[in-house]
Amino acid sequence: MSDKIPVTVLTGYLGAGKTTLLNRILSEPHGRKYAVIVNEFGEIGIDNDLVIGADEEVFEMNNGCVCCTVRGDLVRIMGGLMRRKGKFDAIIVETTGLADPAPVAQTFFVDDDVRAHAALDAVVTVADAKWLSDRLKDAPEAKNQIAFADVIVLNKTDLVSADELAEVEGRIRAINPYARLIRAERCQVALADVLERRAFDLDRILEIEPGFLNTGDGHDHHGHDHGHDHDHDHNHDHGHGDGLKHYHDEDMQSLSLRADRPVDPARFMPWLQALVARDGKNILRCKGILSFKDDDERYVFQGVHMMLDGTHQRPWRDGEARESRVIFIGRDLPEQAIRDGFAACIAA
Amino acid sequence: MSEQAVASLAERVVPFDLGVPIIATRFLGATAAFACGEEMVALVGADGAATRVAVHGGAILCATGDARRIVTGGDDGRVVALDADGAIEVVATDAKRRWIDSVALHADGAVAWSAGKTVFVRTAKGDIKSLDVPSTPGGLAFAPRGFRLAIAHYNGVTLWFPNMAGTPEFWEWKGSHLAIGFSRDGKFLITAMHEPALHGWRVADQRHMRMSGYPSRVKSMDWSADGKWLATSGADELILWPFQSKDGPTGKPPVMLAAPNRSCVAALACHPAEEVVAAGYGDGTLRLVRVSDGAEIPVRAATAAGPDDASGAISALAWDARGQMLAFGCADGAAGLLKL
Ligand SMILES: [Zn+2]
Repeated sequence: MSDKIPVTVLTGYLGAGKTTLLNRILSEPHGRKYAVIVNEFGEIGIDNDLVIGADEEVFEMNNGCVCCTVRGDLVRIMGGLMRRKGKFDAIIVETTGLADPAPVAQTFFVDDDVRAHAALDAVVTVADAKWLSDRLKDAPEAKNQIAFADVIVLNKTDLVSADELAEVEGRIRAINPYARLIRAERCQVALADVLERRAFDLDRILEIEPGFLNTGDGHDHHGHDHGHDHDHDHNHDHGHGDGLKHYHDEDMQSLSLRADRPVDPARFMPWLQALVARDGKNILRCKGILSFKDDDERYVFQGVHMMLDGTHQRPWRDGEARESRVIFIGRDLPEQAIRDGFAACIAA
Repeated sequence: MSEQAVASLAERVVPFDLGVPIIATRFLGATAAFACGEEMVALVGADGAATRVAVHGGAILCATGDARRIVTGGDDGRVVALDADGAIEVVATDAKRRWIDSVALHADGAVAWSAGKTVFVRTAKGDIKSLDVPSTPGGLAFAPRGFRLAIAHYNGVTLWFPNMAGTPEFWEWKGSHLAIGFSRDGKFLITAMHEPALHGWRVADQRHMRMSGYPSRVKSMDWSADGKWLATSGADELILWPFQSKDGPTGKPPVMLAAPNRSCVAALACHPAEEVVAAGYGDGTLRLVRVSDGAEIPVRAATAAGPDDASGAISALAWDARGQMLAFGCADGAAGLLKL
């Protein structure tokens, strides 16, 4: 979005294949230079002075809120890396398999020095097609990582049957219908599909109707025409006859809001800020593309728990539908209150 | 609005450009040493002519010094001391080649540094001591008297007597503590926190003091020559906390000096004898501010293209021992020497 260095956060439960993907990124001749912040030096078999060991030192900010956490080691490492700005094109932050992605993502929202030079590009979660369904039942960390993701690499698809694959994809979609889902074997994905996305994945929230999803969209063809007039309740079950299973996750939901008429920024911004201040503990992520009243530029934002970051992204294009779309992913979302609150922000 | 009858000192500045970001400066006698963001320290004479000395094989992460040498830590795992003649001493090389995140010097010549969660001290005799702390240190400071090192980290500070057996003390305060320093008389210990606030302890009884209200993080602080004021960056005015009484600033507001600037104070240095503070701002402005009445003299005009442009922020400031020369360096590599 600017000259800020894009940062990819790479998460994934133990054994899902993160290290395989990292080793590919570090060894393939893609012509880009990445600074990589890893939590286990030993796993990366590559000696490179742009591979930096980190300790995942999380501290709570002094605002009295338990969800407002920051990775202090990352603040320090980013400060050091910025001394070598120009030596690399982008940064990848690996988290441990059991890590909550929130503190690392929040570091890029809350720390002024980090924000001045770098921006969160995408949270990429590597998931194991064979074991993810089990982990979603017994490991809250695995569910958080799926909920947080902008891109999910569903790895080891060669080790499961078509039925099992449909099952796990259904489980993923019940938690996070908006992430780009890429099927892979041995992490063989095009690196351009996971790195330096430059908010490209944000546009997916305009295209996707929850509960009306195609899955396994490993290619960039946006040709599926879902039509934009569906207004399904996302918990409603559909029979598409395409083998796609629909699940309702017990504790993680997503919510999408749409407006065809312009939104009043004087009402929307205070509403959103108040919402995340009150319910941010339960809101893992939110994102939005907004058409503001009397504004020819597209406004985009994203948030993690209580922290928000927004910007005017670009002018609306000729012929582009000026619609607004906001999504929330979280636990125990007060759905009706959010819907009503957003509806009240639509300009008269 | 009355015009103050003070001339600019701009014509007394010898400007030069090092071409790379500057992170710290200090005088080694008459020579100004500028630590740069990567690899080198520039030694600059009064005429502005620079000699560049390569000291690290990568980024320079931290720097300190005394009247004889500048000491730097790098991402190459080395702690290096450089004198005014350009002689390099490698103080230490980390066995695991970890980043050296912070360095501190004792008046007796001892050097302290940290790598990961380990703090090392090389005593004046050459013995190496080490201590593991609960989280990666944000800063180190020796007490002005005795041989005691204060280590800032998460949720408080550790105070360690490197020459004594026994458990170091831990003074708790929640949050991430970064820069750290003692008052000149050693009676107060102050940390700059990750959030825009300072925390302080009265050393005798560890009574807390909290100094907040800043719009941005405090990255630079210095004590006035008489030790009665703590001057800090972080606001668009120069903030000075009163430390005249035994309670420090508890219950007292700070003094705010100098006309608000469009950007915040980024670096500062107290004059070694007079009650004058050199204040450098995020937009490249440099001023001398008199503590007694807030009178200010411009030294350098802003270089920033706009209010959000911090690319040329003043990032390093130091007075020479007699207070007749001021060295400044900027994030864009611009630098200069002011001769009073
Ligand atoms: Zn919070």
